[in-house]
Amino acid sequence: MSARAETGLWLAQRLSAAVLALCVLVHLVTIVLAVQGGLTAVEILGRTHGNAAWAAFYATFVLAAAIHAPIGLRAVAREVLGWRGPALEAAAAALGVALAAMGWRAVAGLFA
Amino acid sequence: MVPGTLYVALWRGDAAGGAFRRYRVPASPRQTVLDIVTWVQRHEDSGLSYRFACRVGMCGTCAMTVNGRPRWTCRTLVGAAARDGKLEVAPLANLPVVKDLACDMTEFFEKWRRAEGRFQPQPGAGPDFAVVPPAGAARQAADAGIECIGCAVCYAVCDVVAWNPDYLGPAALNRAWTLVNDVRDGTRQSRLRAVAGDAGCHACHSHQSCRQHCPKHLNPTASIAGLKRAAAAAALRGGL
Amino acid sequence: MRAAGAASRWPARGHAGFWAFAAHRISGVALTLFLPAHFWALGQAIQGEAALDGFLRWAERPSVKAAEVALVVLLATHLTGGLRLLAIEFLPWSDRQKTILALAAGATLAVALAFLLSLI
Repeated sequence: MSARAETGLWLAQRLSAAVLALCVLVHLVTIVLAVQGGLTAVEILGRTHGNAAWAAFYATFVLAAAIHAPIGLRAVAREVLGWRGPALEAAAAALGVALAAMGWRAVAGLFA
Repeated sequence: MVPGTLYVALWRGDAAGGAFRRYRVPASPRQTVLDIVTWVQRHEDSGLSYRFACRVGMCGTCAMTVNGRPRWTCRTLVGAAARDGKLEVAPLANLPVVKDLACDMTEFFEKWRRAEGRFQPQPGAGPDFAVVPPAGAARQAADAGIECIGCAVCYAVCDVVAWNPDYLGPAALNRAWTLVNDVRDGTRQSRLRAVAGDAGCHACHSHQSCRQHCPKHLNPTASIAGLKRAAAAAALRGGL
Repeated sequence: MRAAGAASRWPARGHAGFWAFAAHRISGVALTLFLPAHFWALGQAIQGEAALDGFLRWAERPSVKAAEVALVVLLATHLTGGLRLLAIEFLPWSDRQKTILALAAGATLAVALAFLLSLI
């Protein structure tokens, strides 16, 4: 991979890390508050249905994770499994797409 | 165990393979590991191959793996390195073996070259001396890494070098950083391209084993972090 | 004995920087394995309340609660490892960095576990 592409991945990793750090903190606080008194599906879906602000937040959370995880695993695959070249890049991209798809599907289910 | 005797294991073999062979060496005060190896070659086995030059901790030629860690053998006192009087000496890790305790340094210096680890003056540099303030930030950064003598201890101890055969390694990247900070140098862009690619500075995970083991107390991790920042800045400006 | 000359896969085990890296990498891989499961469970919500309710009841089990604790520990570990990396890469070098970050890591884990105790 070229210097520009490799540097771009490094930057994307650090930026998505910063976004994730924030999102994870907000998410944990939210979950703790939601869990007090126990959760039921009715309660959860009642809070999340049609809530555009939360939808936007979680959609961003999913995107940051879908960027961050594959770049990290790419390094692991390269060093532990010895993967190289197009196979490595394709696998990482596929993971990113899969995470984004699954995550956004979940967000859609909770908010639509 | 006979008092005053050391039981040492030296690795014998070549690129095809080998094994540790044991020797009994008379102990003496303030003995260094290099003294041990030299004694064995002179009194036990003249066929033992090893490298040294200055014997006084300046050249880095005598670097070997001592009890699992890469060190300068001329500056490693047996008392400090040997556990229970037992010593195990092998060639440097991460490099192919030539014979016994001597390894092939070709790839180490090849990566130095690939990282553009040599100075290229700016075009049109005239005959006058360049004026470089020694207290300037760039010169301080360069000076912090400039004392490297290419002993390959950092290269031998680096996990990423072990896991990724293409990784340029801490020494080559450290040198590249000193040149990126050399205001007289004219090849900054191509050097950043050389070090920020596939197996370059971004492959460093900041274990800091290099910094821990460098006999000159250099900090390649910090140099590599500098290269990451420089590459990112160049990429954002469209200059990579 | 370990064959010398052949590149050892672990030249430098055993010091703080290596363990920080190992914790960061292991927690990262574990979180990536967890994430699709997490998204799948939430995706159950699309099938309506009954499916989500069924899953939530399953999630009351102690083994799942234990897994939640593990999850927060993994998150805290990965986050502090990441902060350590960001400090090394962006802040001017200081020998005290390691100590400060170790303390921060400890504090974060303590906070994370405190959160969890209120959950349980």
